Amino acid sequence: MLSRETVLKVASLAKLSITDAEAADYQEQFDKILTYFTKIAEVSTDNIAPLITPIEVDTFLREDVVIKENSVEEILQNAPASQGNLFKVPPVV
Amino acid sequence: MNILDLTVRQIAEAVKSKKVSAREVMGFYNERIAKHDKKINAFITLNPAALAAADKVDAQIQRGEDPGFLAGVPVATKDLFCTKNLKTTAASKMLGDFVPPYSATCVERFEAQGAIVIGKTNMDEFAMGSSTETSAFGNCQNPWDLERVAGGSSGGSAAAVAAGFAPVALGSDTGGSIRQPSAFCGLTGIKPTYGRISRYGMIAFASSLDQCGPMGKTVDDTTLLLDAMCGHDPKDSTTSTKKWDPLRDIKDLRNKNLKVGLPKEFFEYQVEDSVTKAFWATVENLKKQGVTFVDVNLPNTASAVPVYYMVATSEASSNLSRYDGIRYGFRAEQPNMGWKNLEELYSMTRSQGFGSEVKRRILLGTFALSSGYYDAYYLKASKVRRLIQNDFLNAFKSCDLIMGPVTTTTAFKAGSKIKDPIQMYLNDIFTTSVNLAGLPGMSVPVELNDKGLPVGVQIIAPHFAEKNLLGLAQVIEDNSSIRDRRPNGLQ
Repeated sequence: MLSRETVLKVASLAKLSITDAEAADYQEQFDKILTYFTKIAEVSTDNIAPLITPIEVDTFLREDVVIKENSVEEILQNAPASQGNLFKVPPVV
Repeated sequence: MNILDLTVRQIAEAVKSKKVSAREVMGFYNERIAKHDKKINAFITLNPAALAAADKVDAQIQRGEDPGFLAGVPVATKDLFCTKNLKTTAASKMLGDFVPPYSATCVERFEAQGAIVIGKTNMDEFAMGSSTETSAFGNCQNPWDLERVAGGSSGGSAAAVAAGFAPVALGSDTGGSIRQPSAFCGLTGIKPTYGRISRYGMIAFASSLDQCGPMGKTVDDTTLLLDAMCGHDPKDSTTSTKKWDPLRDIKDLRNKNLKVGLPKEFFEYQVEDSVTKAFWATVENLKKQGVTFVDVNLPNTASAVPVYYMVATSEASSNLSRYDGIRYGFRAEQPNMGWKNLEELYSMTRSQGFGSEVKRRILLGTFALSSGYYDAYYLKASKVRRLIQNDFLNAFKSCDLIMGPVTTTTAFKAGSKIKDPIQMYLNDIFTTSVNLAGLPGMSVPVELNDKGLPVGVQIIAPHFAEKNLLGLAQVIEDNSSIRDRRPNGLQ
């Protein structure tokens, strides 16, 4: 089973704070899910390249034309806090 | 004229020939939503500008202009697609108040043909789920049986069409999210080839799997919406530059001269009797019409669900890292003592803004990508993914299409699977492999079972062979006993 420490480490990497009870829940759930995943460990994949995207993407070129689609005002409208032209965040230092 | 009985094509023709106005069509559907959606919860947000947009279409017609081949057609649009100036939530508290400054390309394209967003439909949060039970805005009920789920993640889109709230809908499919709710609600749903339709403006879940597509009552309804949306988009570099040849004007799309593969492995799973029965009855029927069948093998079928969840959660953990409470979306309230640091703002925002299924998947994906586990999980899954795609490519050497069930069951009761992630995930056994391989897949309704629940079949085509997919779907539809049926209690 994944250790509690691993679950907490992963949560910290994912920037999620989880309670002790949640950590215990996830430990149990991940154990079940990862056991289920062991099925694929048995599949032989020697000399098989990973498939990252399912279709060959063809490169295309387009004219480099300046287009104005969004204004600063429009973008900032969705910001939880802003000041002037800037997103506002708590002091970081 | 009963607007509810009109197909998409008929609506557009009636609007263009002024037999009915776009405003009347929109008003009709708005009224049905007002009357019945309390029972269904198919919509998260209705479009307050829909009637004004309908007036615009009518005005164009008055001026002798052609608004397009979807003139005045209301589209129930999954709340995963950005719609300019209309709230787009992805059914998450994280985007509860998000008003996009732009529209998704697919939305812009159907609007360019005269179609109108009637409202934004309910879904699983960030499209993560198979039952629309992870929505932050309440469950969506199945119009055929209110105790059952509409499926997911495009459950609201499916329920909206089944309930007669819109003639057609837009959904998205990462592991079956168009095909499964379509099957549960008696609809035709298409997931096109990966790269056929732009993902620009579609809120990302798993970028190498996500693809949007139409859901409707008939093959023709979905074909029209498909025609409007397909084709390269400079704003999405993963869209194919292959030309989309429109299908809507082909006189007869039916194609019986096809060889259909039946994957042996699909029939090794425990599947509900009514699903099996409807499937084999469809095969027999198609045989009578001259369609030929061959056995094919997809030896890695059993790996599809585990590989899918590894790949999808890994991509999701990366995609959803953008929700940090800074630029848009939800931000947690500042504690009385003030923020300790920026990290605290991030983690409190994300912990409070995401629901539990989303958090579970982010954590699983972060784990699969983390140092020390990457090779064993994400990389291994990506290699098996290639084997799954190779299976399909091999199978298509001996057949034009592959046919199988969509799901292991018909619509299940709300609450029956939500506590057990693996049971919920296993429901996707026949759909996830199609996304992993990037193939076009489709759900076609066949009949109602003895409980009155819709049953569908799935057809899968090689990359970019949507035409054959629709050709066979049309033949299946001809013999479907569900096509003209509507759920009771929603008159």
